[in-house]
Amino acid sequence: MKNPLESLPSTIVMGLILTVILVLVVEAIGK
Amino acid sequence: MDFDYNWFTFLVRWLHVLSGVMWIGLLWYFNFVQIPTMPKIPDEHKPGVTKHIAPQALFWFRWAAMSTLGWGILLALMNNYFSDSIIIGLGSGVAKHAAIGLGMWLGTIMWFNVWFVIWPNQKIALGLVEASADEKKKAGRTAMLFSRFNTMSSIPMLYAMVAAQNVY
Repeated sequence: MKNPLESLPSTIVMGLILTVILVLVVEAIGK
Repeated sequence: MDFDYNWFTFLVRWLHVLSGVMWIGLLWYFNFVQIPTMPKIPDEHKPGVTKHIAPQALFWFRWAAMSTLGWGILLALMNNYFSDSIIIGLGSGVAKHAAIGLGMWLGTIMWFNVWFVIWPNQKIALGLVEASADEKKKAGRTAMLFSRFNTMSSIPMLYAMVAAQNVY
């Protein structure tokens, strides 16, 4: 299977998904 | 305007941002411009990039990463949130500490990748140190994948950094 980091668009999509996860973690800690 | 403690904190933040723009700007240059364009460049012209542009870009890239980390640590210390941020706000329960802490960890992992994975492998891939053709190919792929990992990480890292100052 091709590494998704070989594709720039999938790299950006994964970065955006990680951003959503990060926001959820920050909100959970900040409660 | 008073040249007080707050102003010097601002000065350090400005230096941190200046360094960070150079670091991430060059990271995005590699990923958005150089890596996708290299296969399209005729072989006889490739040394223009590999022997001249890339080594110069990598010099500013890795030292900008070092400068960003250094000013960032000083900034966190000056703002008195270094220890709370290192444990991503789990002790204080403050969202700002969680955000800046996650950003700091992402940035630190990226700095580590620059100095201990990307740069050593780029030296091999660009022929700055002796290596076989196979070793160069393998090193080039490793450097590219970690560079992509840093590009991916830069998106949440910058969100965390900017949100910590403006949202929380």
